[in-house]
Amino acid sequence: MKSAAFWGSLLAVLAAGLLVTWTVENEYYYNALYLILQGMLMAVAWNILGGFTGYVNFGSAGFFAIGAYTTVVLNKAFGLPLPLMILVAGLLGGLVGLGLGYLTLRLKGVFFAIATLAMAIVIETLVNNWSYVGGAKGSYLLTPESHLWFDSYIQMLFVVMLLLTLAAVAVSRALSTSRLGRGLAAIRDDEVAAECSGVPTLRLKLVSTTIMGAMMSIAGAPFPFFVTFVDPTSAFSLFIAVNAIAMPMIGGTSHWSGPVIGALLVGATQEIVKVTVSSELNVLIVGVMLVTFISLAPQGIVGLARKYLRRGAR
Amino acid sequence: MFSADLLANAVVAGVLLGGFYAAVAVGLAIVFGQIDIVNIAHPAFVIVGAYIAYLLNSRFGFDPVLVGLAATPVFFLFGVLLYRIYFAAFERTGQESLSGLAFFFGVMFIIEVSLIMAYGVDYRLVQAEYIGQSWHVGYIDLPLRMLVPFAVSATLAAGIYAYLTRTFMGRAIQAVAQDRVALQLMGANPVRIKQWAFGLGLATAALAGALLIVIGPVEPSLGRVYIGRAFAIVVLGGMGSIPGTFVAAVILGLVESLVSTFAGPSWAPAVAFGVLALTLAVRPAGLFGR
Repeated sequence: MKSAAFWGSLLAVLAAGLLVTWTVENEYYYNALYLILQGMLMAVAWNILGGFTGYVNFGSAGFFAIGAYTTVVLNKAFGLPLPLMILVAGLLGGLVGLGLGYLTLRLKGVFFAIATLAMAIVIETLVNNWSYVGGAKGSYLLTPESHLWFDSYIQMLFVVMLLLTLAAVAVSRALSTSRLGRGLAAIRDDEVAAECSGVPTLRLKLVSTTIMGAMMSIAGAPFPFFVTFVDPTSAFSLFIAVNAIAMPMIGGTSHWSGPVIGALLVGATQEIVKVTVSSELNVLIVGVMLVTFISLAPQGIVGLARKYLRRGAR
Repeated sequence: MFSADLLANAVVAGVLLGGFYAAVAVGLAIVFGQIDIVNIAHPAFVIVGAYIAYLLNSRFGFDPVLVGLAATPVFFLFGVLLYRIYFAAFERTGQESLSGLAFFFGVMFIIEVSLIMAYGVDYRLVQAEYIGQSWHVGYIDLPLRMLVPFAVSATLAAGIYAYLTRTFMGRAIQAVAQDRVALQLMGANPVRIKQWAFGLGLATAALAGALLIVIGPVEPSLGRVYIGRAFAIVVLGGMGSIPGTFVAAVILGLVESLVSTFAGPSWAPAVAFGVLALTLAVRPAGLFGR
C-alpha cells in the first residue's frame, strides 16, 4: 500500500470512529468495538515478534496483565490521569519485553515459547500473592467522573483504544517496510545465516520484544476502567493469549495487515456469536477457527489473497 | 515454624507428588523428547483423562485408576488420529515450528473450553475406598491418595522404559529419535513409527489423568500449570530419557513441596519455571542428557 493511501485510510478510520461517537448512543456497540480493537492491538503486537521475527509468544496475557495492574496500582496510589498510566504501562511492558529479549540468547524455538508461557504463570503467581492489588480476590475501580466532551466514559475509552490501535498499526507497518523489518525477516528465516551476514540479531530481537511488550501492556492499561473489576483470572485469561495468537495466524503473519484482518474477522465473529448464540460459544469459536485455519491455510487470509492475485496475474 | 517432622513430612509428600508428576511427564518425554513434537496440549489431555475417571466413577462407582487404564486404548487411537492431522498439515510441509505450536495451543484451548462448557468450572472429585485412608510410619503421614498414584506412576514409567528398550517397536521409536533419515534409508517408515509413539504418549495421559483426580479435585484450567511442570521435567530429565524423567519429576515435586510448606502453597506454580530456567541456563542437556 502506498504511504499516502495508508495514512489517508488511518485518518478515515479515525474520522469514522469519531463520527460513531456522535451518532450512536447504544453502549453495547462501544463495548463490542473496544473488545475488537483491544484484540487487534494485541494481535499487531504479537505479530511483531511472532510474525516478523519468528519467535512464538504464549505469554501475551502476562504483558496484558502488567498493563492492567499498572493502572490498578497507579490509580490506587496516585490517581493519575489515564494517558500517563498508559505511558507508564508501556514503559514497564517494554522493560519486561527487553528482559524477554535477552532470553532469546539461550532459548530458541519451542523453549522460548514455553518460557513465555511460564513467565505469564510466574507473573500471575506474583500478583496472586500481592495483597495491595487485591491478590487472588481482585480489586474494584471507580470509573473517573470526567470523560472530556464524550457522552460517556466508554465512548472515550473506545476513542482512546482506537488511537492506540491505529498508532500500533502505523508502527508495525513502518517496522515491516524498513531496513529493521528486513533484518527481522532474516532472523525468522534463518537466524544463524542472518548473524553470519552481519545482521545484528540480538539488537533487532531486543527491539522486537521491547516493542511487543510495550504494545501489549498498553493494550491492557485501559482494561481496568473498561471492566471496573480486575482479578488475576480476567487479566491473565488464556482467552487473551489465544486471541493474540489466533488473530495474526488467521489473518496471515508475514504482512502487517494480517493481524488487522484477522482481528476484524475473529473479533466480529466473536461478537456476533456472543449476541446471537451464547457467550460461552464465542470463547470456543476462536480455538476452532485457529486450528481450522492453520491446518488448512497456514499462510492465513493474506497468503490466500496473494495466491489468488498471483494466479490472476498469470 | 521449622521443625524436623514438618521437614520430613514435606520431603515425603514431595517425593510422592514428584512420582505422580512422572506420570504426566512420561508421555511428553516420548512425544517431545523422542520424536520432537511439541504437544503442549498434553496436560489438557491429562485433564480429559481425569474427567473420564470422574464421570465413570460418579455414575457407576468404578475405580478411577482402572477407568484410566481402560481409557488408554481410546487415547492411543485418538493420538494416532491427531498425529495424522499434524503430519499432513504441518510436518510434511515443514511448518511445525510456528504453525504446529499454534495448532497444539489451539487444541489445548478447545479442550479446556469444551470441558468448561460441559461441566462448568467447579472442582470435581472421585470416590474410592483408599482415598482418605492414611498409613503412619513414625510421625510421617503416608496418605494413600498420594501413595497409590506414586506406585501406579512408577509402574507406568518402568513399563514404558521396558517397552522402549526391550521391544522391537520401542527400539524403533528410539531409532527415529536418533536418526530419522538413516531409518528411512533402512526401508522403515518413520511416519508409522511416530504415529505409534504419539499414540503411546497420549495413552499415558489417560492414566495420568485418573491419578490426578485421585490426588485431589480437578477443574478444567488445572492443565495449564502442568504445562510448565511437564516441560520442566522433560528438559531436566534429559529430553526423552525415561529414568531421567522420573528422577527429574521427583526433584521437581520435592522442591515444590518444600516451597509450599515453607513459603506458602500459592508460590508453588512458579517453581517449575525456576527449575526450567535454571536447567536451560546451566545444563541444557538435562541430568540424563544424551
